[in-house]
Amino acid sequence: MSEITAEQVAHLANLARIALTDEEIEHLTTELGQIMHAVEQVSEVATPDVPPTSHPIPMQNVFRDDVVGTTVLTADEALAGAPESDDSRFKVSAILGEEQ
Amino acid sequence: MARAELMDFDKALELFEPVIGLEVHVELNTTTKMFSSAPNPANSQFHVADPNTLITPVCLGLPGSLPVVNGEAVKYSISLGLALGCEIAPSSRFARKNYFYPDLAKNYQISQYDEPIAFDGQVEVELENGRVFTVPIERAHMEEDAGKLTHVGGSTGRIQGAEYSLVDYNRAGVPLVEIVTRPIFGGEADTPALAKAYVATIRDIVLSLGISEARMERGNLRCDANVSLRPRGQEKLGTRTETKNVNSMRSVERAVRYEIQRQAAILAGGGTIIQETRHWHEDTGATSAGRPKSDADDYRYFPEPDLLPVVPSKELVDELRAALPEPPAVRRRRLKSEWGFTDLEFQDVANSGLLIELEATVKAGATPAAARKWWTGEIARLANAAAVDASGLVSPEHVAELAQLVDSGTLTDRLARQVLEGVIAGEGSPQQVVDARGLAVVSDDGALIAAIDEALASQPDVLAKIRDGKVQAAGAVIGAVMKAMQGKADAARVRELVLERAAQTA
Amino acid sequence: MSDELIRLSAAALGAKLASGEVSSVEATRAHLDRIAAVDGAVHAFLHVEGERAIETAAEIDRQRAAGAPLGPLAGVPIAIKDVLVTKGMPSTSGSRILEGWIPPYDATPVTKVREAGMIPLGKTNMDEFAMGSSTEHSAYGPTHNPWDLDRIPGGSGGGSAASVAAFEAPLALGSDTGGSIRQPAHVTGTVGVKPTYGAVSRYGSIALASSLDQIGPVTRNVLDAALLHDVIAGHDPLDSTSIPEKWPSMADAVRRADVSGLRIGVIKELDGEGFQAGVRQRFHESLELLEKQGAEIVEVSAPHFEYAIAAYYLILPAEASSNLAKFDSVRFGLRVTPEGGGTVEQVMSATREAGFGPEVKRRIILGTYALSAGYYDAYYGSAQKVRTLVQRDFDAAFANVDVLASPTAPTTAFKFGEKMADPVSMYLNDIATIPANLAGVPGISLPSGLAPEDGLPVGIQFLAPAREDARLYNVGAALEQLLEARWGGPLLAQAPDLSSHELTATEEGAL
Repeated sequence: MSEITAEQVAHLANLARIALTDEEIEHLTTELGQIMHAVEQVSEVATPDVPPTSHPIPMQNVFRDDVVGTTVLTADEALAGAPESDDSRFKVSAILGEEQ
Repeated sequence: MARAELMDFDKALELFEPVIGLEVHVELNTTTKMFSSAPNPANSQFHVADPNTLITPVCLGLPGSLPVVNGEAVKYSISLGLALGCEIAPSSRFARKNYFYPDLAKNYQISQYDEPIAFDGQVEVELENGRVFTVPIERAHMEEDAGKLTHVGGSTGRIQGAEYSLVDYNRAGVPLVEIVTRPIFGGEADTPALAKAYVATIRDIVLSLGISEARMERGNLRCDANVSLRPRGQEKLGTRTETKNVNSMRSVERAVRYEIQRQAAILAGGGTIIQETRHWHEDTGATSAGRPKSDADDYRYFPEPDLLPVVPSKELVDELRAALPEPPAVRRRRLKSEWGFTDLEFQDVANSGLLIELEATVKAGATPAAARKWWTGEIARLANAAAVDASGLVSPEHVAELAQLVDSGTLTDRLARQVLEGVIAGEGSPQQVVDARGLAVVSDDGALIAAIDEALASQPDVLAKIRDGKVQAAGAVIGAVMKAMQGKADAARVRELVLERAAQTA
Repeated sequence: MSDELIRLSAAALGAKLASGEVSSVEATRAHLDRIAAVDGAVHAFLHVEGERAIETAAEIDRQRAAGAPLGPLAGVPIAIKDVLVTKGMPSTSGSRILEGWIPPYDATPVTKVREAGMIPLGKTNMDEFAMGSSTEHSAYGPTHNPWDLDRIPGGSGGGSAASVAAFEAPLALGSDTGGSIRQPAHVTGTVGVKPTYGAVSRYGSIALASSLDQIGPVTRNVLDAALLHDVIAGHDPLDSTSIPEKWPSMADAVRRADVSGLRIGVIKELDGEGFQAGVRQRFHESLELLEKQGAEIVEVSAPHFEYAIAAYYLILPAEASSNLAKFDSVRFGLRVTPEGGGTVEQVMSATREAGFGPEVKRRIILGTYALSAGYYDAYYGSAQKVRTLVQRDFDAAFANVDVLASPTAPTTAFKFGEKMADPVSMYLNDIATIPANLAGVPGISLPSGLAPEDGLPVGIQFLAPAREDARLYNVGAALEQLLEARWGGPLLAQAPDLSSHELTATEEGAL
């Protein structure tokens, strides 16, 4: 498969919201290349006739009753861990950009 | 923002064929959220709540928390899929859609991706001019809503120029069904009206199923409109834009019309359309450019490992199919005959998109004629003036109460209009407004006679004319009496009494 | 008295508590004293409960005095891996990004432990977000192996294993995503069990890889593991992947301890190249002991296990990159604002840069890559197919044998820093433990002796079919009896006396 470039790593870091330093990007580019080289062998045996497994123990239709549960938090509990709040809502710095 | 250049609509239609695709998000009104047992604010009993009080660890994406699917929401989704004429998938799955945004507690949205619960349907849509379209449905899938951001600072509360933002996660995790159409061709000049009628039809369907409050002004129903143009004679579809934030039915129509005119002007001027998200602005009636589609749209979907496949049994699907309410078209025919409306009268109601309100108003005790009069008359006028949907203005129960107050003679039409304004202003039920404002008709003849005698005494010339048989002269006295009673009198009764008193004082 | 109390097994301590010979307050205080004495050198704990643990113990003593019906572990202290959220107790998952966070709720296994009357002593150290095999990736400094303080205690649950091996707690809770319970057991001479996926609720376990993670017991003997397993297993409606069926008693399986007629498959791919001589020697001696007791040893092949590590190092980072997205400085945890402020995107990126360690960043970037458009099928998709193949290998093997056996890990405890520079060689450490996580089957590691060449503990691993966890306890208990008879007592009795390290710890301070 493809070689990993520093530009790609920088792009991935942006997607993952990690402000990597140039040094980290350089270092990770080498490491990722080695790791991907080591793991690429999965494609050797992953032939089209093999179905993927996403859950080790297959189950289905696990549903919850539509009733209010016992895990509801108070606003104080919800906000207790917030780095910043206005006492009823979580506060974040300007978004700029555009809304989704 | 600079207003874009627009081409005349008819001219645009001459040069280009409009193609639209609509995505409607329906907030389900289950008691609890999609993946958490927190109260659901899209259910009317929890609509009013302080910020961050409808929250479990799951809604906040707290470390260690896990989603569990609301079984009722699955049933609602299957019913909706069936009502849209869709196939129900024998097995469907949830996936994670990964992107960072502060209203998204986990920074991924749980949504069905390549295995939606319902697919391949169609919906019959009737336009105001009587044309009937079949809109093809690609899929309807389950997902969760995001929290609500409030932008603080700057000028308008908009995201641009805001100093900071506040996040309320009450809405995070509200169950959504997203209904996606296939590209809709052939709407031509009716395309904007078709978009509006389609949304109205979806609203009719979800309300008849009882699975959503469907109040657009509350965001229970939201529409994203994809619009593209292709030059006449061209096979290939043009580049589309996706207009978001279109939160009333009339805005859907306006936004589609606007995009057709805007894109036509660009294309005719030799420009190209950028594939982008655009935002609808209710105040200016225009769309503005948002984020261009880019690499940032790499959502890295993968099957949600915390949830298991949804495999509805044939029995469940059959049971839900059997319980479906009549389709909107059938219902229209039935209501028309039950209410005894003429074609014209019924068309009037159907076009207003207020069938459900009318039906509820009749059910609450009003005559069909009275219900029609109020909804398509005064309420529609007020809604239009305020640029909102009439359905959100006042409840059917209150309209029925108002009509009954008129029927019983407690209110005149004129007084009733004042009461309606009070109800809309949030002063309470019609009876409460009548009591608080003292608006009831004065039915005490003694008070009326006293006022009449005074008026007659002060206008002897009029009295003389009445005695001479010029009955129409009574109008001046009636006017004075109504004024003296501050309008709270039945004009017909006043007229009777005026003639009576004029004769007696002879 | 105090030293005697800390050396009791959980079962034995539970019996003394039940008979009234010892109070829970005494037992708890003895362990807190031990922590105060040796944890400066071992650094198994990130947080110690102290007086609150004593209060909880006093409450259990009161209940016992009042004649309340209590379980076999009531009043017994327990250490909790910091991956589990604990109401009112800091929970960091070994990361700087969660420093000081106090969750508003308890993980389900913690709730169950509390309901069983056990006394939480504190939270144990781990590789950051359970990413590692040595606990060197903890943001709060490594844990030291009680057998040799210059060596790693395994990972990611090195803190839980070391706390038990150093007699700071009779037992502990761990989590196992690719071996994080079993591999630390192997290098510390303790017992660790990864139950069947879905046997123990994951609710409140800070997710690393959702389809691989499983909570399980960390103890000094097989019976203690079974007793704790019986406390924490069972259906939880808050975890969709939790198995709804009832479980048999694991403690009963321990008491059975009968291997006559048991067919044990030796996985040939995990018994050769790359495994240290002493590790293999103790492994085969154990098999011989079992054979003498009537077990039948057969060789089986699992041809796809060689792809398991590759699949694991695609699935884990992919799921982790998504699971760890919630650490964004908005609702909890660290916030780092760039100099002069910044947009929310810049604040998130600066926070994650400062709050995550190098191994976490490495795996997040790797996982982001594996899920990217255009690479999904080749990486994540293929890895999920390998998972099917590994499951098929297990199915084929279990069609012929009752349990499988292998050494738990290729080598004994290595020295700090030895593998930090080479992530790939660190990843190879998990070669024997990973297949069980991919397939969801249960596994146990228990001590099989000391490697002759370095005198360090070695573990043996048994694996059973999904939902057949009881088989592990049966065979584990049988082997433990045979080995302890040979050793003249538990292996941990041969561990160095840590009290001589107290001084060193005070002088040097915690690393």
